[in-house]
Amino acid sequence: MDWSQSLRLVAPELLLSIAGLVLLLGSAWAKGDRDSRVITWLAVAVLAGCAALVAPALWDGAHGAERLAFSGLYSADAFAAFAKLLIYAAAGASLLIAPAFFERVGAYRPEYPVLVLFAAMGMGIMVSATNLLTLYIGLELNSLAAYVLAAFLRTDDRSAEAGLKYFVLGSLASGILLFGISLTYGFTGTIGFTGIASALQGGLSTGAMFGLVFVLAGLAFKISAVPFHMWTPDVYEGAPTPVTTFFASAPKVAALGLTMIVTLQAFGTQVAAWQPIVIFAALASIVVGALGAIGQTNLKRLLAYSSINNVGFLLIGLAAATPQGAAAMLVYLAIYVAMTIGGFVAVLMLKDADGNPVEDLADIAGLSRHRKVVAACFAMVMFSLAGIPPLFGFWGKFVVFQAAVQAGLIPLAAIGIAASVIGAFYYLKVVKVMYFDEPANKAVGQSDWVHQALLALCALFISPAGYLLTKCLGALAASAAAVLFHA
Amino acid sequence: MLGVLLWANYDIGGAQWQFVEKVPLFAGFSWALGIDGIALMLIMLSVFLMPICVLASHSIDKRVGEYMAAFLLMETLMIGVFAAQDLFLFYIMFEAGLIPMYLIIGIWGGADRIYASYKFFLYTLLGSVLMLIAMLWMVNEAGTTDIPTLMAYDFPVEAQKLLWLAFFASFAVKMPMWPVHTWLPDAHVQAPTAGSVILAGVLLKMGGYGFIRFSLPMFPEASAHFAWLVFWLSMIAVVVTSLIALVQHDMKKLIAYSSVAHMAIVTVGLFAFNVQGLEGTMIVMLSHGLVAGALFLCVGVIYDRLHTREISRYGGLSINMPKYAIFFMLFTMASVGLPGTSGFVGEFLALVGIYQVSSVVALVAGTGIILGAGYMLYLYRRICFGEQKNADAAAMPDLDRREFWMLGVIGAVVLWMGVYPESFIAPMRADIAALDARLARARPAGDAELTAGQPHAAAQTHEPAAAHTKGAH
Repeated sequence: MDWSQSLRLVAPELLLSIAGLVLLLGSAWAKGDRDSRVITWLAVAVLAGCAALVAPALWDGAHGAERLAFSGLYSADAFAAFAKLLIYAAAGASLLIAPAFFERVGAYRPEYPVLVLFAAMGMGIMVSATNLLTLYIGLELNSLAAYVLAAFLRTDDRSAEAGLKYFVLGSLASGILLFGISLTYGFTGTIGFTGIASALQGGLSTGAMFGLVFVLAGLAFKISAVPFHMWTPDVYEGAPTPVTTFFASAPKVAALGLTMIVTLQAFGTQVAAWQPIVIFAALASIVVGALGAIGQTNLKRLLAYSSINNVGFLLIGLAAATPQGAAAMLVYLAIYVAMTIGGFVAVLMLKDADGNPVEDLADIAGLSRHRKVVAACFAMVMFSLAGIPPLFGFWGKFVVFQAAVQAGLIPLAAIGIAASVIGAFYYLKVVKVMYFDEPANKAVGQSDWVHQALLALCALFISPAGYLLTKCLGALAASAAAVLFHA
Repeated sequence: MLGVLLWANYDIGGAQWQFVEKVPLFAGFSWALGIDGIALMLIMLSVFLMPICVLASHSIDKRVGEYMAAFLLMETLMIGVFAAQDLFLFYIMFEAGLIPMYLIIGIWGGADRIYASYKFFLYTLLGSVLMLIAMLWMVNEAGTTDIPTLMAYDFPVEAQKLLWLAFFASFAVKMPMWPVHTWLPDAHVQAPTAGSVILAGVLLKMGGYGFIRFSLPMFPEASAHFAWLVFWLSMIAVVVTSLIALVQHDMKKLIAYSSVAHMAIVTVGLFAFNVQGLEGTMIVMLSHGLVAGALFLCVGVIYDRLHTREISRYGGLSINMPKYAIFFMLFTMASVGLPGTSGFVGEFLALVGIYQVSSVVALVAGTGIILGAGYMLYLYRRICFGEQKNADAAAMPDLDRREFWMLGVIGAVVLWMGVYPESFIAPMRADIAALDARLARARPAGDAELTAGQPHAAAQTHEPAAAHTKGAH
């Protein structure tokens, strides 16, 4: 494998890092919000360019040795391409919604798009990892940028607190993960995923088992699966809303993609060892995510619990440990990203008469009277998150449960779907507040056109029209998921 | 304006008469629609009631546009449920109906609407999700989502039992059967009049349709196995809910409980496993859709005038509202099952059907009809007869033209169905015969031991013989 070939394969990451550095340099001369906006749009263009670079790999269903770069440290296969497309889309959306939010408090800086680019690069490396160290480097690149992003509103106490919390807990998780990596390396003698898989073919030693558990615990932190979810509501609430949008979408995709790679590839020969862990995490996340959300009054906290809940459903697909399950997860992730962005953009659009953000559930009472479209879109997002047909969120749950049933995990599917009814309760509560309650006339402010356009786009995607995409989405997800099972 | 739109919609629905002979329309991936006679009649019920619902919504004064949109969406989904030829398409339509109904109850409902809307939504959702898992398993096993194919597919008997229970959980809640009926009185009472009409008229029929379309043909052995469970629940339901209805003070609640009792007759007839039972069931469903709908409209008419559903606030309405009293009388009698009205035909056939299986069940279900006469006539007496003890009730004007026509149209159909049910049974006959043939191998032995034509059994055979002439000519 020559260098030029390798460099061609990592072209998206190269583009992201070079563009990020150039924009960082450019931001040194940037003055005022106008320049920041220009840099933001440039960053979005860069992300679009990266998406164009990775898309062919997904269409071709690329996999195998010719997609490995740098002596098998990095793989530009169809799975990575699928995840990267989602990551770039989510990152792009969180860039687009940022200026209007930060400019109002006079806190917009061109560093924001640069940090998002770096985070996107880290996430790209995560989902392309074929090796425990590449995995760790990608994770940390992403996390470092994310810690800064969480604390982006430097003058705001909540934001600073969120950044600190995220940093402390994130480092703890990284430590646990690193410990797991070292144990795995120690007991298998390799850090490459295929090497680990073949080393574990014969059986799992106690040491390697510990390694597996610690690696999974570290990853569970990143995907905020129960019992490692505690940081999520605090960070989501404290971080500025565009950043929360970013956290809830792109890193989720990356971390779940990574979890899939690690479990299905590296530990793919030891499914029985991790399946119970994943099943537990899935059910616990569904239940805790649903019960925890019921008492919440802050919309961002509520959406944070909703994301925990959704991770639970995603993990049901992982528990199936079949290509169908992995494909179902990818479909679900795509829908989840659209629902999450739609939900947070809707929250972002809620402002009082002076333009201050409104985040409290009680403040959106009767929203359907004065902000009809926003309320309708938000209600759609809520029903979709609850998985009520005919909205597209139902399809995500549907494919995941189908995979679980096909894998013979019928009790898991039955319990999971019954628990989803608990979740439906608080989604209904939001709809009830918006539609049934008397207007509080708080969230009356108008919003930016970019927000409106994004919300409309997300609403269109999760509307019944989204079902037209099921074939194409399903085929792409299947070819992407097949990569994980080729080795 | 929206009403006009809806009438246009009605014509489209009406045009489906031409599809009396099973015309499945297929278009694209799993978007399979098609109707047989059973679905056709239920679709006709939906499109017949919907314009009346719009007429009945005269008193809705807030957010009219959204209200009409919710009803139109509801109608689309109801037709979708009955026309779906694909298992998952059916599920999507079935569940999606929750959203508009939730909004209808929650936004335009009565004082306690929020509790009622939650209860309605979560109850039915919890019932349905297990059905989804069962469907996934079935499709995995049979390798197709096509409903007609699945109806002929023989699942292993042990699996059938679990699948049957999963479907039962959903349809029993929707139906609703005792003891999972408690959402219904709340939802009915709190929903606006038109919402109640749709709820009683069509949504409840989805449960019966589900049994007839899925549970019976797909799992015949399991259905036979669990028939007694259904019988027991239905017998309890008939008696208990009738007694509950007898002591209600709220008109809507009373009719809601009477719905539960009528639906119990439907389930009894369904699991009789014979042609009379099934045809009777279908007629009870159609008849109940019309009659309960009309009764809710009657309640709506006086509710619009006095804004209370308390029975004791009315009295002697036949004096100042004679037209109203006539219509109310007609629908009360139809609900009771007076010969000549639609209620009689259905209930009679259903009872005849069940009598062939178990005389005890027929006896208890028959008791329910007597109790039904009790509470309905008692209701009628308290509302329309007696002294005009409340001055404001006595001052209420009689039906206006709008109200007259919406009740009159239903009344005409009720009489038509009562006098000449053949028009309604004819489209369904072939489908019911097919279902009956499908069920033949699992049919339980009846305890009545009917032997038609032998003199000593004349007393017993005379009912079924009459039914044969009625149902099979």
